[in-house]
Amino acid sequence: MQVFKNALQLYSDTLSIREQRSQLIAGNIANVSTPQFKARDISFEDAVQRAMEVDKPVLKTHSKHFDLEDNQHEVGYRQPVQASEDGNTVEMSVEQMQFSENVTRYQISLSLLNKKINGLMTAIKGE
Amino acid sequence: MIDQIKNIFDITARSLSAQQVRLNTIASNIANAHTKVGDPAKAYRPLKPVFEAVMSDKQGEDGLATVDVSKIVALNRAPTKIYEPANPAADKDGFVYESPVNQEEELIEMLDASRAYQNNLEVISTMRTLMVRTIDIGK
Repeated sequence: MQVFKNALQLYSDTLSIREQRSQLIAGNIANVSTPQFKARDISFEDAVQRAMEVDKPVLKTHSKHFDLEDNQHEVGYRQPVQASEDGNTVEMSVEQMQFSENVTRYQISLSLLNKKINGLMTAIKGE
Repeated sequence: MIDQIKNIFDITARSLSAQQVRLNTIASNIANAHTKVGDPAKAYRPLKPVFEAVMSDKQGEDGLATVDVSKIVALNRAPTKIYEPANPAADKDGFVYESPVNQEEELIEMLDASRAYQNNLEVISTMRTLMVRTIDIGK
């Protein structure tokens, strides 16, 4: 099964990070009229990097070492172009752009994954 | 009321209902824009919802957040005093008190609320399409 894992792991990581990012941006859009709300986001590159590092086996040489199982991504705050007077840093145009970019890239990953699965299926069937 | 925020549907559902409450208050304010009474204490005061961000229980992990209307307050604005002795509601000096609703303000607020509502709907319909495509994977 390692073959499948090697072939598909990156795509599944990518998709779940993209989904988490969508949820964050949805939260930002939901809070567009909440005073003092700070828009949040994750860095996709860092998150992928972290997800890939977690897959590497890490030796626990001490009982107090932390488990490296959780591959949760660090949520940061967005730097507003121009923050509004009420302390809210959600800018609808920025969020809409980020959301649509994220969705498009999700679809790209999805079709790449589909192609990969089809390729594997062809190899299995040997047609 | 949904207690926990588990997924994108919870985020959007609560946000939509918060914007709906906001639109309700705007509708009430505009409906009462010209209400006149004889007692300044009884005059209609514009209602405003107070929005509050709600973080999920596992906030540090998944970073989900949505919004809730924590309360609805009546603005402490003085009603407009108008001399209208013919009005049956007038007090003994012939004055009536009109509700201090600023209609322009309400209309702008209505546009903002409706844009926010549309944005949330767009988010959820996009995410739903993505979910359907993800289910169809490998077909």
